[in-house]
Amino acid sequence: MTNSPSTYAPGKRQRRRGELGPVARVGTHVTLTVASLIALFPIIWLVYLSLGPDKDDYLHPGGIAAKATLDNYWFVLTNTAFFDWLWSTMVVAGGTTLFGVMSAATTGYAVSRMRFPGNRTLMWILLLTQAFPIAVLIVPMYEIFSRLGLVDSHFGLILVNCTTIVPYCSWLLKGYFDTIPIELDEAGMMDGLTPFGTFWRLILPLARPGLAVAAFYAFITAFAEVAFASTFLLDDSKYTFAVGLQSFISEHDAQWNLMAATAVLIAIPVTLFFYLVQRHVVTGLTAGGVKG
Amino acid sequence: MTLTAPAPAAETPRSRRRAPGPLQRARDSYRRYWYAYAMVAPVVIVLGVLVGYPLARGFYLTLTDANSLNSARTIGVNTIDATYKFIGLDNYAEILWGPSAYDRFWSHFVWTIVWTVTCVVLHYVIGLGLAMLLNQRLRGRVAYRLLLILPWAVPTFVTVFAWRIMLADAGVINTMLGTIGLAEPSWLENPTWQRTAAIMVNTWCGVPFMMLSLLGGLQSIDENLYEAAEIDGASAWQRFRHVTLPGLSSVSSTVVLLGVIWTFNQFAIIFLLFGNTAPDAQILVTWAYRLGFGQQPRDFAMSAAYGVLLLAILIVFTSFYYRWLKRNDQLA
Repeated sequence: MTNSPSTYAPGKRQRRRGELGPVARVGTHVTLTVASLIALFPIIWLVYLSLGPDKDDYLHPGGIAAKATLDNYWFVLTNTAFFDWLWSTMVVAGGTTLFGVMSAATTGYAVSRMRFPGNRTLMWILLLTQAFPIAVLIVPMYEIFSRLGLVDSHFGLILVNCTTIVPYCSWLLKGYFDTIPIELDEAGMMDGLTPFGTFWRLILPLARPGLAVAAFYAFITAFAEVAFASTFLLDDSKYTFAVGLQSFISEHDAQWNLMAATAVLIAIPVTLFFYLVQRHVVTGLTAGGVKG
Repeated sequence: MTLTAPAPAAETPRSRRRAPGPLQRARDSYRRYWYAYAMVAPVVIVLGVLVGYPLARGFYLTLTDANSLNSARTIGVNTIDATYKFIGLDNYAEILWGPSAYDRFWSHFVWTIVWTVTCVVLHYVIGLGLAMLLNQRLRGRVAYRLLLILPWAVPTFVTVFAWRIMLADAGVINTMLGTIGLAEPSWLENPTWQRTAAIMVNTWCGVPFMMLSLLGGLQSIDENLYEAAEIDGASAWQRFRHVTLPGLSSVSSTVVLLGVIWTFNQFAIIFLLFGNTAPDAQILVTWAYRLGFGQQPRDFAMSAAYGVLLLAILIVFTSFYYRWLKRNDQLA
């Protein structure tokens, strides 16, 4: 606000608010540096181990520096089902996103703008469904899907993922629609638009950022889903990354070096993607929580 | 904020001639709100088919003795019919007070509570500490922030494997501990250490979300409140206790609830960290999964019964939590 601290504290020079003394500053930097190192170390370690050519190199990490090589990456890309997994992951995550966001958009709008009998019940159900432990649905879903022949199919997995994605996206979009001024709807109605017209022509284009966040969230969640994917996908070539990565580690043989290389290949794009959108995801997640 | 549905216009496309009778109210409601219902229909249908029906089906399964040997299944072109039978509430009775109730349910129940409470407390305390450090004028703030959210940015199924390598018997953590002369526990074999390892990894994964949410909360607290407190001679601790914590209460109540639900339901970390070993470190969710899918024959009925019990625990907890929040609001 003001450039001269003297107007603030006449006489003796004082520290401005929020400025730290030397001891506190060093302490803060030390703590944050240590915390950052703890946050960073497992990832760095994984990258480092992925350079070691032998599957037991993780036991003698000192030796890796001397013989570091990209052979693991080459092997993973050429000799494993990596690209099959990539395709499966994209199909499942993309399908879940598309289906989830499309079906959730109108509901988010209706719950945000309209008061109708059953409104509150629906919001409660949407909220409650997000808290479902996977153990509740996984058994009956497996039983139903094996009768229908949907086990081991990407379509089946997309449907299963939608049980969590659809309610979550509805909440997130409701939160976003709440921030769009209601006067716009009223103006639209005044000009003779039907409720659908208002939604489709006025509000939806304005809600594009909200839709993007919902889509990102749906994509990342479906991408990283472990329990359902591990249960419903049986065939090696249909695995998503979350299942494929486990297949390097069996009870008899653990190819840690290949696992590490695959993990790095998976993590790099997702992490970059995540950094682009994380600010919005935090807001969305907490807004969708208690403040109904 | 909420636009009440306007009265139906005369030219509403689906409007019908009024018919007197008991259906009057339903029809009225339909005429007034039909577009709201049309808009929520996709989600209601999706949830009804994908959540409602399986939930009902799952509950029915808990009343039977279904397992992988007697369930309906399709193998190639052959369809085998289900042969399981209805046994009432026996599954629940067996879980809660059967001969192996302690080993199979109650020990995991206690561990699940310990796990949830410990993890959420650690998430919250560490997250709040880091958020407060980041909420200062500080060189390199952006860089710290980017580094500190890394555990959240990288998918869990990747980072858990990194931890698994590090925690292995001759892995880097034990090497470091050995170098400074400490004991080298077998993290992945000994039950106590397995639990410690699980809590450690989950804390590492969960702190960034708490930190970011609380940082957002801290930034929304009015600076003037701190100034006023300082003028009134409040110490740093008093400012924290009487300005910071109350200012964070709405963010805190949300993230703690989310944290409890997510930690209680946390599947990936324990499942990936221990694979099919470590029966003692399984929380109820992973234990239920193991009964249903990690053993032969797969005990579908038991697994589903655990699922129903888990859901019941969560619902009871959430409603108490809301009641507690409401009471505190009224007192404040």
